[in-house]
Amino acid sequence: MRKLNYGLAINEAFHQCMERDDRVFILGQGVLNPWYVGETARGLDTKYGPSGRVIDPPVSENGMNGVVIGAALAGMRPITIHPRLDFLNMGLEQIINEASNWAYAFGGQQSCPCVFRGIINRGGEQGAQHSQATQALFMHVPGLKVVMPATPYDAKGLMIAAVEDDNPVVYIDDRWLYAEEGYVPEEYYTVPLGKANTIKAGKDVTIVAISYMVKLAQEAAMILAQDGIECEIIDPRSLTPFDDDHVFSSVKKTGHVVVCDSGWKTAGVAAEISAKIVENVFDSLKAPILRVTLPDAPAPSNKYEELAYYPTARHIVDAVKKVCGAKQAPQFAVASSNGVSAS
Amino acid sequence: MGGSTELLMSTDIDLKSRARSLGKETLLGLHLQLIRIRLFEERAAELLEAKEINTACHLYIGQEAVATGVCKALRNTDLIWGNHRSHGHYLAKGGDMRSIMAELLCKATGCAKGRGGSMHLYNKEIGMLGTVPMVAATIPIGVGAALAAKLKKTDDVSVAFFGDGATEEGIFFEAINFAALHKLPMIFVCENNYMSSHLPLTDRRTTEKLFELVAMNSMHSIRADGMNVIEMYDLSTEAVERARRGDGPTFIEAETYRFRGHVGPKDDLDVGIRDRDILQSWIDRDPILQLESLLVSEGYTTAAKLETIRKQVLAEVADSVEFARNSPDPDGSGVLDHVFIGGAK
Ligand SMILES: Cc1ncc(C[n+]2csc(CCOP(=O)(O)OP(=O)(O)O)c2C)c(N)n1
Repeated sequence: MRKLNYGLAINEAFHQCMERDDRVFILGQGVLNPWYVGETARGLDTKYGPSGRVIDPPVSENGMNGVVIGAALAGMRPITIHPRLDFLNMGLEQIINEASNWAYAFGGQQSCPCVFRGIINRGGEQGAQHSQATQALFMHVPGLKVVMPATPYDAKGLMIAAVEDDNPVVYIDDRWLYAEEGYVPEEYYTVPLGKANTIKAGKDVTIVAISYMVKLAQEAAMILAQDGIECEIIDPRSLTPFDDDHVFSSVKKTGHVVVCDSGWKTAGVAAEISAKIVENVFDSLKAPILRVTLPDAPAPSNKYEELAYYPTARHIVDAVKKVCGAKQAPQFAVASSNGVSAS
Repeated sequence: MGGSTELLMSTDIDLKSRARSLGKETLLGLHLQLIRIRLFEERAAELLEAKEINTACHLYIGQEAVATGVCKALRNTDLIWGNHRSHGHYLAKGGDMRSIMAELLCKATGCAKGRGGSMHLYNKEIGMLGTVPMVAATIPIGVGAALAAKLKKTDDVSVAFFGDGATEEGIFFEAINFAALHKLPMIFVCENNYMSSHLPLTDRRTTEKLFELVAMNSMHSIRADGMNVIEMYDLSTEAVERARRGDGPTFIEAETYRFRGHVGPKDDLDVGIRDRDILQSWIDRDPILQLESLLVSEGYTTAAKLETIRKQVLAEVADSVEFARNSPDPDGSGVLDHVFIGGAK
């Protein structure tokens, strides 16, 4: 079983997509830079630069998003890269107004197959505008697919699936995961969009975790196992389409839920996932859902403030204990059993 | 490389000789297209007054020579990109009246299946992969299509139509820079009608010479008389050849004017945001009357033949209205369809 780190798994996906399909090209800020995108662009320029298929563009995020949309409409399969989601914020217009709407507004006649890759790149005292995790914005918008790989295997397979998909896909990876090693098949393969993954089975509590939070959830599960709590960890992998059934069936089994996201709390990904669960499998809940997310504040710079700001496995442990410790069904569950509908 | 920024002024004489070199067939073709757009738009205005069309329409009346001249220089596989004011672009590129009229009535038979309305026109067959009303939004998208042509090694050209207002968006300069840098087969057609909604150009910029905006990008840039279809066609032909040769993009500022208001059928004089004398001075330069007087005086056609053409086009317009009226509305059952190509999963 060949092992590869997360960053190189993305890199391998790029190489294999470009090798198989002439329509694939990369317009990525920092692809010629030694540090902007980690190792994810390694060797691409040497191999595909001469044919014009690897371009490190001027600093024009919105314009470049438009360029990849136009190229996609004209039959290409472009990938654009934004080394930080903060930078990608400069290019939201083209993603939210244009790419997302193209299929719908023209009555399903035109596909817009492009990948917007944005990197979460935080910590290290980088401060408020070099740290943001804005995935909720994209999950909110109809017409965008959104994926967030947590493992090297998914990093490669989701990238290939994103490139193959006929719709605009926002692919968000996290630099805190780049050094993670794991099994990555050498061959070309896809991880289907919209399919969740059970990272670990367990009967007591469902931890729905995305991206880097999966790693923290795994650490938390080991700690909790010592207390006799068996966690089931579900990684949705795609925020849109969302694998409702996979999550719901786990909730039906455990009745306890903690949702973990690396973004802000309010109106965030964890809020949405919690609402889905409450609307659909309310009767299975034995306790209220808790969320582990960033607090509703911009990112600080100072290292002690960072420690206070970013959630850790400890936060997940505490949340799980609180959720599982609820001795009896809370008020709203009683209301439901009396016939009051959750939705 | 070194682009050039030139100011072209056509004199009467040179126009006649240019007309001769184009020949009768081309001239009459240009004329027919101008008339088609004008009469279509006038009928749309009536239907707007009558509230039979309710989608927001930004009429193209007065600007017909720009789309007509540019699109005549293009072939089917060239792509064009438009904005909120794109009925004229659609017809000039070869779109049929039925499908766009049905779209204005938001009927299921419309070019965007009734989904788009006036501001989201689509017709793959004619090389129009979508117009959108976000000001300047399709400029980089057009550039992306030009990049695609370059990577695919076709010699297709991509053309973005946009207004003077669009040059105020940052994305305009992002797109210009990238197209110039990569020498893309791109034509930027800035339809300078001197208005952005209610604001005249002088309230928005310190210069009215928009063709100078791109000078620093080493891009060929010209100012054209957008009321003169022959000049528009000639300059577009040069730009298209330059693009196909691989010699990079061209910026054309077409000076023109819209005879109606920003949106809807009225002229905006009623709401006090336009000057009557200025409007009249542009109406005096009506692109259709200009061409017709040349066609008749130079013996390419007769007034009687022009009248026949007008009647034929009116019949085409009437047919499109009939078609649109008789077409079904979407019934609402498919309102969630096509959020994604291939379904939601
Ligand atoms: C991004 C954006 N901002 C504002 C508007 C509102 N708006 C619609 S048309 C228009 C004026 C555009 O002027 P111009 O580009 O010159 O085109 P014209 O209407 O003159 O053809 C404005 C401001 C919009 N549609 N999109």
